[in-house]
Amino acid sequence: MVKNMEKIGQFERKIAEEEKIEPKDWMPDKYRSSLIRQISQHAHSEVVGQLPEGNWITRAPTLRRKATLLAKVQDEAGHGLYLYSAAETLNTSREEMWDALLDGSAKYASIFNYPTPTWADVGAIGWLVDGAAIVNQISLCRTSFGPYARAMERICREESFHQRQGFEIMQTLAKGSEEQREMAQDALNRWWWPTLMMFGPHDAHSMHSQQSMKWKIKRQSNDELRQQFIDQTVEQADHIGLTIPDEKLKWNEERGHYDFGEIDWGEFERVLMGHGPCNQSRLQARQKAHEKGAWVREALSVYTAKEKRGDFKIMEREAVNE
Amino acid sequence: MNNDELDLWEVFLRSARGIEHKHVGSLHAANAEHAMESARDVYTRRQEGISIWVVRSKEIHASQSEDSEMLFDPAEDKIYRHPTFYDVSEKLKL
Ligand SMILES: [Fe+2]
Ligand SMILES: [Fe+2]
Repeated sequence: MVKNMEKIGQFERKIAEEEKIEPKDWMPDKYRSSLIRQISQHAHSEVVGQLPEGNWITRAPTLRRKATLLAKVQDEAGHGLYLYSAAETLNTSREEMWDALLDGSAKYASIFNYPTPTWADVGAIGWLVDGAAIVNQISLCRTSFGPYARAMERICREESFHQRQGFEIMQTLAKGSEEQREMAQDALNRWWWPTLMMFGPHDAHSMHSQQSMKWKIKRQSNDELRQQFIDQTVEQADHIGLTIPDEKLKWNEERGHYDFGEIDWGEFERVLMGHGPCNQSRLQARQKAHEKGAWVREALSVYTAKEKRGDFKIMEREAVNE
Repeated sequence: MNNDELDLWEVFLRSARGIEHKHVGSLHAANAEHAMESARDVYTRRQEGISIWVVRSKEIHASQSEDSEMLFDPAEDKIYRHPTFYDVSEKLKL
């Protein structure tokens, strides 16, 4: 009991003094499970996040755009891998995480349940969705769990071109023909509100937030991060002559921030509960990809077993003898 | 297959000649060659390294933080191991 109190004390001191918690350090069970939940959800979001954009790789309008989009989607796959590895240091297995994603019990960012019917959607995703992700991820570089923080730093470095390429697409369309400009505006209209929902419920209604803030898993609140994103994005939209679809959006001199309209939390709940426009097809796409990859995993499994038995060494020796 | 069958490997990269290898993350792989190929794909998409080390995680033995005192405190009072301990004139470029 005394020993336990000592451990808790040590853990809390580390948190208070901004020391990182490392995998082999003692930590409260709840800290561990919160992190597993958050990091695996984050990993799933990176992986599922490839789908809406992946949809456009073969149809990108130029070779330059195609190479860029391919590199971006490839990066997202990498981000998923970094994060799964970080979660595994907490003694969960990749199978557990995958199973939870594939059977629909795990959550991933709801934003990826919206469709990408036009090329402008690829621009809007890079600009807005990656933009929002970056705001969140920069904040998470200071998270208290070492492997998560280091994964975030690496991811942030890689993300910077993601948002810029998206903005460039929107800028090009906004300067193009009337039809192209309309396409860009339409994409902004559809992505704006779901992007704001990415930051999660208002602080007062956020289930996990308080404890996560106390343990410094999260460093800034949902509302704070959302405000930061809005403030920086308004100017960008102005710059390319697009209009953010919010009549209440207005600079508030006193607050030093933009005021904005209320988010449709009913829609947020519906998509979260699985009733968004693409929830089913996203999950099916992941399940199909997993099934299609079965032969690779099987081959690897047989190969590993053979190598552990030493079969290949015997074959080598036989080859030499011949 | 089960990912558990694959060992966990730690990946280290040397970013430039003359700089030490630095830990960048981990991955699952069947053997060293497989770990090397995966490390290249996962951790060097932007030429982050000119050399890769991979080592099975289970081969790494880490010191425990409760042993820190025993391991590291004895060096604490040995300030005479640092050049600043010695009182010599700055001008002499010693
Ligand atoms: Fe990402
Ligand atoms: Fe991204």
